[in-house]
Amino acid sequence: MSPVLAGVLQLLALIGALALAYVPLGNYMARVYSSEKHVRVEKWIYKGIGANPDTEMRWTAYLRGVLAFSAAGVLFLYLLQRLQGGLPGSLGFSSIEPAQAFDTAASFVTNTNWQSYSGEQAMGHVVQTAGLAVQNFVSAAVGIAVAVALVRGFARSRTGELGNFWADLVRGTVRVLVPVAAVAAVVLVACGAIQNFSGIHEVGQFMGGSQQWNGGAVASQEAIKELGTNGGGYFNANSAHPFENPTPFTNLFEIFLILVIPLALTRTFGVMVGSVKQGYAILATMVTIWVGFVALMMWTEFAHHGPALQAAGGAMEGKETRFGVGGSALFGVSTTLTSTGAVDSFHSSFTGLGGGITMLGMMLGEIAPGGVGSGLYGMLIMAIIAVFIAGLMVGRTPEYLGKKIGPREIKLAACYILVTPALVLIFTAASMALPTPPDSMLNSGAHGFSEVLYAFTSASNNNGSAFAGLNANTDWYNTTTGLAMLLGRFMPMVFVLALAGSLAGQRPVPATAGTLRTEKPLFTGLLVGAILIITGLTYFPALALGPLAEGLA
Amino acid sequence: MTTRREIHEDSMSTATPTRAPHSGVPTGHAPAEDRVGAGLFDPGQLLRSLPDAFRKLDPRVMVKSPVMFVVLVGSVLTTVFSCQDPGDWFGWAISAWLWLTVIFANLAEAVAEGRGKAQADTLRKAKTDTVARRLLGDGSEERIPGTGLTIGDLVVCEAGDVIPGDGDVVEGVASVDESAITGESAPVIRESGGDRSAVTGGTKVLSDRIVIRITTKPGETFIDRMINLVEGAARQKTPNEIALNILLASLTIVFLLACATLPPFADYAGTHLTMVVLVALLVCLIPTTIGALLSAIGIAGMDRLVQRNVLAMSGRAVEAAGDVSTLLLDKTGTITLGNRQAAEFVPVRGTTEAEVADAAQLSSLADETPEGRSVVVLAKEKYGLRERHQGELVGAEWIEFTAQTRMSGVDVGARKIRKGAAGSVLAWVRERGGTVAEDADRIAHRISAAGGTPLLVAVQDDEGARVLGVVHLKDVVKEGMRERFDELRRMGIKTVMITGDNPLTAKAIAEEAGVDDFLAEATPEDKMALIKREQAGGKLVAMTGDGTNDAPALAQADVGVAMNTGTSAAKEAGNMVDLDSNPTKLIEIVEIGKQLLITRGALTTFSIANDVAKYFAIIPALFAAVYPGLDKLNIMQLSSPDSAILSAVIFNALIIIALVPLALRGVRYRPMSADRMLRRNLGIYGLGGLIAPFIGIKIIDVLISLIPGIG
Repeated sequence: MSPVLAGVLQLLALIGALALAYVPLGNYMARVYSSEKHVRVEKWIYKGIGANPDTEMRWTAYLRGVLAFSAAGVLFLYLLQRLQGGLPGSLGFSSIEPAQAFDTAASFVTNTNWQSYSGEQAMGHVVQTAGLAVQNFVSAAVGIAVAVALVRGFARSRTGELGNFWADLVRGTVRVLVPVAAVAAVVLVACGAIQNFSGIHEVGQFMGGSQQWNGGAVASQEAIKELGTNGGGYFNANSAHPFENPTPFTNLFEIFLILVIPLALTRTFGVMVGSVKQGYAILATMVTIWVGFVALMMWTEFAHHGPALQAAGGAMEGKETRFGVGGSALFGVSTTLTSTGAVDSFHSSFTGLGGGITMLGMMLGEIAPGGVGSGLYGMLIMAIIAVFIAGLMVGRTPEYLGKKIGPREIKLAACYILVTPALVLIFTAASMALPTPPDSMLNSGAHGFSEVLYAFTSASNNNGSAFAGLNANTDWYNTTTGLAMLLGRFMPMVFVLALAGSLAGQRPVPATAGTLRTEKPLFTGLLVGAILIITGLTYFPALALGPLAEGLA
Repeated sequence: MTTRREIHEDSMSTATPTRAPHSGVPTGHAPAEDRVGAGLFDPGQLLRSLPDAFRKLDPRVMVKSPVMFVVLVGSVLTTVFSCQDPGDWFGWAISAWLWLTVIFANLAEAVAEGRGKAQADTLRKAKTDTVARRLLGDGSEERIPGTGLTIGDLVVCEAGDVIPGDGDVVEGVASVDESAITGESAPVIRESGGDRSAVTGGTKVLSDRIVIRITTKPGETFIDRMINLVEGAARQKTPNEIALNILLASLTIVFLLACATLPPFADYAGTHLTMVVLVALLVCLIPTTIGALLSAIGIAGMDRLVQRNVLAMSGRAVEAAGDVSTLLLDKTGTITLGNRQAAEFVPVRGTTEAEVADAAQLSSLADETPEGRSVVVLAKEKYGLRERHQGELVGAEWIEFTAQTRMSGVDVGARKIRKGAAGSVLAWVRERGGTVAEDADRIAHRISAAGGTPLLVAVQDDEGARVLGVVHLKDVVKEGMRERFDELRRMGIKTVMITGDNPLTAKAIAEEAGVDDFLAEATPEDKMALIKREQAGGKLVAMTGDGTNDAPALAQADVGVAMNTGTSAAKEAGNMVDLDSNPTKLIEIVEIGKQLLITRGALTTFSIANDVAKYFAIIPALFAAVYPGLDKLNIMQLSSPDSAILSAVIFNALIIIALVPLALRGVRYRPMSADRMLRRNLGIYGLGGLIAPFIGIKIIDVLISLIPGIG
């Protein structure tokens, strides 16, 4: 079988599996977030944290919950790392330095999982399991909660109430993420991923010398790493490491886990707003962009010129032979379009244009399909912008799902889309302009610039993947990426929740023949175009000086 | 409206006190182009507005449009930098074109405003300070300047006087020349009480004497508001305009970031970007096209209404008109011609149609009401009865129609003929001991049920008094109304006919006209309840009205169009006034509202789509020297980096001027579903916006490269 055919077949198998999971998972999540009942475990948790899950919250209260919970998470994770040296089960690793501890805490709480350390050389069992793995669940649950709050904003009318943050957080964790991750972990173990609490093994190599092998609860963390679009690897090599991702099947399975919740949430959205067709339109937008990016990536990676590359069947540098170009391209696109940031190959080693595609994927704002929850709310914000322009073109005050898009809504949506470009461009420019930060670059020229641009694109969009090459463990990068992650995560959430509150307070406008039909393919096409043009225009100069300069050379 | 209709139905006459609104003329189905979009653009206006365009360079004015303010700052910056390097032709060329970009934007606004100015001047002439004859408590008069009047003052106006302020007639009746505000030269009748009592300051009394109670302070009168309105001085930004401005501002910030962060990237790449180049890139990227034309579009939209003799008291109302999903239309004058007309003569058993026609014609010769005349017309058209004149019959005694007798007729010798309302004619026959054919009642009922009005024709001669037959008076639906309602339906707008008729009549007319729904035997309370019900469902409601009892509903409706002939209460309550008092215009108002939004959306799309080509021109120009691979992006094959950047800037400036006519005229609007409209506008302005600059920039580049010493 040719590598190209293998790549295409993998793509088709993936689409088939996702299609099978779409309706049941989407409907299930809609029930979870609409249900009135609490299961026993949840009641214990509510009692433990002293929250009343049945009170309705306005957007400000909901936001306070999100921020308080996340701040507590950052603080706890920071202290855990700072005290690691004194904790049992730390495998002898010392405490983490303040800048890196801040960066890592910000990283895992914001669902970014940017790692300026090597997992197997810095974090012991306690930090990995009680700190990082826990955040892998709850940071994902926070993302879904905020998305659900926005969906309620569309679904409800003449109320300022958006649901209860604590109930949404706990339910997302207990009823969605934990059970699915548990099943996924078992599948991964069955396919060869490791799951133990053993220490470090010194192993001799064939060629002489020795190598360290860490044990650890890898499969369980791997499952939620993908399912919660987290991406922080147990090992530095992330999903390229055979203990995390042993076979082509687990590779495909992990991509499935990455995509399944963000995609199925469009169904949840459709069900909750009372029109599954609206969900399909959002799904179609996400899938169109994703498939387009996969096709582009496979094309650039397979079609690369040069005898060595042709002999290898494509650009194989930095890719695992067990995944090949197809599996790596699929993983690379899926992880950068979903704010996951797990990698099974080195994006730095992709062709110039391929590297650009991974960057552009993140620059779109992680919305196709995006991170768990954040993908949906990000896409809905873009839909609001597209509806506004298109709505004017049909001669009515623009409305989406029966809610008018007036000055307040546009103001909040506009603030949302300003945040990440501002963070990416300002931090990148500062890193290029200041005297010391450029020392972190491994390469010179356009590729070196791409390393920095990628780092801040990844951090600000909460992706977490690294281009490799850049030494990010400096005070400058630890601090700036940490800030970029926190601001890139929570500022948009403020605008999303404010928007949700504003939408929920509106009286719905009934649809007529004069209403823009947002469930039609025409709108999907418009939305895809708006996303590509608006983000493309924002980053075009930067991309031109990085990946385009390299790729077109 | 209601009051007028009640009177009218009772008396069976429309002694129309005012000049009939356009309702007398069948509106017909005017071609779409005539309905919305007229207003020709005269290039000479550009020249005349140039001084105003320069005056608008004041930063305090410019800052209101964030996009153009950025261009202004950019122009200043490039000029300063060019002064430091005076030998650099490129810097000067860019500066010049950036200034032109700002001027063009101001010019667009000035031209839009200029069109209203002429009208405002005419109005000011009407407003020349008048002398008011104020009535004092003891009945004597004093002469004071019109500006000294206060609300509640009573003033006297006689033939030849200019009415000193807005008010209501409290005594007397007069014919008034309102051409100063309506442009219509035929005088109108204003009388105390009822729905024809409002007078407007600046109009002229032509006959008789009236006493007016002043209802508006000087300076806030209708004519003052009109002047402000057409001059654009009172223009406030509408919600959609504010929202669009926010979006444009945020796009401007995004591109500001993209350009401001570029120098460190470029320095790293080994090339230095000058301020001139950066500003040029920024101006090309920010949405200048729509930013420049946005306020012109708004002013022109209001102007289009003014051209149709509609005054919108707020831009918000115009915008709301585009969103309307329910139209309440009064039956009389809007859907039907307003005057019922004779449609057929139905004989009772024992007589013939021709006999009835003959008797009906004779008895209607003394009936000057439109209904009476229509009987004569029908007799002539359908039965070939020559129109006779009163003088032809010797010895005839004519009985004029009056509201009291509700009958007209003629006595020729012993033969007496009468025609009129069923009750009156029956009474007349019975008084004379005559017989009423049993089927007369049945026929009358049948006509009523079909939405018509039966008039009885009776005769008294040597055979005694008896009913001959029935004239079927019908509400005639205006031509083309059904098609209009179909269009509205396609646009997603529901039409509801409001009538004082009974449900049976209303239903028949509703079906004939093709409206979606009707409200029969409507009282002002019913109307109000209907509006509230629709609004509770999230719908926006538009209606017209003229009576005082319409005022609450006019105020409640999202778009309330008061007829200029109406009471001042109605005009206060509505948010638009139609100077022609033509209720059908509501449909045009909706179309203008939609067109306004479409024009904004289309030019925004065009503006954003333009950026793609500009990048393909400028990015390779900036960086191909250090990264030769980027020259592959130079798909337009522009001759030199300087020429590429300059061409993009020139295109960016010229496109503003090129689109001024479109901004003023508005995007062509045809009623169609939202889906089709989106596809069409996306195709023209989205796709067109992508492609046009590639061609435009290339052409400009070719021209520039022809200039010796450049390129």
